[in-house]
Amino acid sequence: MFSLSVPLGKFVRRVSRLRGGGSAFPGLVVEKIDPGFMQRTLSTLPHGVAVVSGTNGKTTTTKMVVELLESQGLKVFTNRTGSNFTRGVAAALIGDVDWRGRLDADVAVLELDEAHAVHFVNRVPPRYSLLLNVLRDQLDRFGEIDKTAQLLQHIASKTTGTVVLNREDPRVARIAGTLQGPEVLYFGLDDSLLGTFPSDDELRAGPGSPVPAVPQRPQADVVLRRVGADDADFEYDGVTVTTGMKLRGVYNIFNAAAALVLARSICGSGAATADHGTLLKALSEVAPAFGRGESLTVDGLPLDLVLVKNPSGFRLGLKSFPSGGYATMIAINDNYADGRDMSWLWDVDFDSLRAEGVDQVSGSRAYDMALRLQYDEVQIGSVDTDIPAALADFIRKGKGKPKRVFCTYTAMLAIRRELSKITTVEVVS
Amino acid sequence: MTPESTAGTTASKGTIRVLQLYPREMNIYGDWGNALVLQQRLKWHGYTPELLEYNVGDEFPEGVDIILGGGGQDSGQLVIQDDLQSRASLLKGMAEDGTPMLLICGLYQLFGRFFKTRSGPVIPGIGVLDVETHGTDERLIGNVKVTTAEFGEVLGYENHSGQTTLGPGVAPLGTVAKGTGNNSSDGQEGARYRNIVASYLHGSLLPKNPAIADFLIRTAVERRYGTFAPGEADDRYAILAREHAARRPR
Repeated sequence: MFSLSVPLGKFVRRVSRLRGGGSAFPGLVVEKIDPGFMQRTLSTLPHGVAVVSGTNGKTTTTKMVVELLESQGLKVFTNRTGSNFTRGVAAALIGDVDWRGRLDADVAVLELDEAHAVHFVNRVPPRYSLLLNVLRDQLDRFGEIDKTAQLLQHIASKTTGTVVLNREDPRVARIAGTLQGPEVLYFGLDDSLLGTFPSDDELRAGPGSPVPAVPQRPQADVVLRRVGADDADFEYDGVTVTTGMKLRGVYNIFNAAAALVLARSICGSGAATADHGTLLKALSEVAPAFGRGESLTVDGLPLDLVLVKNPSGFRLGLKSFPSGGYATMIAINDNYADGRDMSWLWDVDFDSLRAEGVDQVSGSRAYDMALRLQYDEVQIGSVDTDIPAALADFIRKGKGKPKRVFCTYTAMLAIRRELSKITTVEVVS
Repeated sequence: MTPESTAGTTASKGTIRVLQLYPREMNIYGDWGNALVLQQRLKWHGYTPELLEYNVGDEFPEGVDIILGGGGQDSGQLVIQDDLQSRASLLKGMAEDGTPMLLICGLYQLFGRFFKTRSGPVIPGIGVLDVETHGTDERLIGNVKVTTAEFGEVLGYENHSGQTTLGPGVAPLGTVAKGTGNNSSDGQEGARYRNIVASYLHGSLLPKNPAIADFLIRTAVERRYGTFAPGEADDRYAILAREHAARRPR
């Protein structure tokens, strides 16, 4: 079917790119003039649509699923630009369809923000959904985490084929009991790793308080058994396999188990069954998505950017990237995309930074962060709310040391912008 | 982190027992920050903090000097409801007796007379505070600045859909200069009764409002030891964090 919306959308996309405009604007135009465009286009894909949602790790997990599927020879459509809402999907589609509106792909794997995913699945029921976790993130936007869990439940209920759930997150695992139609698969953790993923409910169980009883856990399709310095063990089909990992951070590697479940499910339900050798090779080569444990080079030494946006993520970041030998900077902004409420900083323990201190604190809420560190008795080098100035100072004083920057989303964008002046930084459109 | 119970090399002026109420269910939005601030400031003032927890079904500890209550999800409030009722007369007695308490958000509501949910059912409170709360569809979210006579400007962050009105038995903590506070009509925030400070403000509240932290500490010490001899508190970062927070948009 030929409609005018596609050429018009492509035209708007070109013009807005020339103007350096936002990546979602052409999607808005197409949505307005042709509301059925997205559903019509995506419904033609032989393997259907897979939605990835949850609080933490959507971008990296989506990237993993895409690369795993591509290793099996599938053509994958995805919303790479990180516009993880409906309009962003429409904008990405406009870029990928031909002038007649046809999409040359076998499957779509889409990262969707929890709230926007609800609107999306009402219009395009996915064949697969992967629900990662419900953590305390930007509660000022969604209200409460129980509300967020309801959003994920809605995504699951609209899924026609298979729902992949995090067995270890009670708010996600609980969704299984509410489902009637779709098949449910789980990704899970070895008991020995459970302690590294405290749920928000257990964040502040003080010393001596009893550990909540572990309920009967269902069988998981893929279990992460062990995480090494640059490899990991996954168990599936009754066998434990060891694979090298470029990804850093135990939470990224847990999400690799999630990606494996989804990719295996998508391949298994179609013509090609997954080839394990190529699947694991692809997994071992996945590089982190931008800002998610990404390593840049400054003065010949690594500078790691670690995105932190909620207490569990920050705690895991500190655990995964020990400070020994590193110069450390923390940049906390409170723009809308970061979350305006600073309460979350008080749910993170910074004891692990006490031995080496923090060299530089920055961002619009630099002094909230400094105050937080003071109460955990962590020494601070300097505090400057101005990110470019603070970063320059940090790099100058940290000469000869590898560096690490923990930063919120908009602080990371500002830091990348500054770093792109002095080193190679991947351009994100 | 292990709660430290020694305050450097100088002799402690005495132990103060701080009890967190239901930290397992009612600890959302950084309520731990309030406990941590009391613990550290007690040390700065030369006292030995002892941090205790009370959860559903626990034995209630003896000799509690300060009570901290936090916010929670609706589901958390349901879990603690019966246990809280079973402790109502004990907590009421402590309140009337002058025990300093900080009650934030969810426990502020449940220390009141009742919470009438939007869908109809009424959750009884324990009636320590003469306040009532009505659930609404509207969520009040954002930075808040409150003018108070007692503690100066109080800064924090609100996130609630229950709207609270004060009865004649309590005074407001202050008047709202930015944000909403107790409800969307009367411009008041929080409640004061005897030595209780109740508020909707997270942030966490105590780190950026050390005047309230020191009020709770001073009151507790005077009740236990007769007089309070303050120590040196380094509030340079707190002052700067307050200045920057006050300038941030709603």
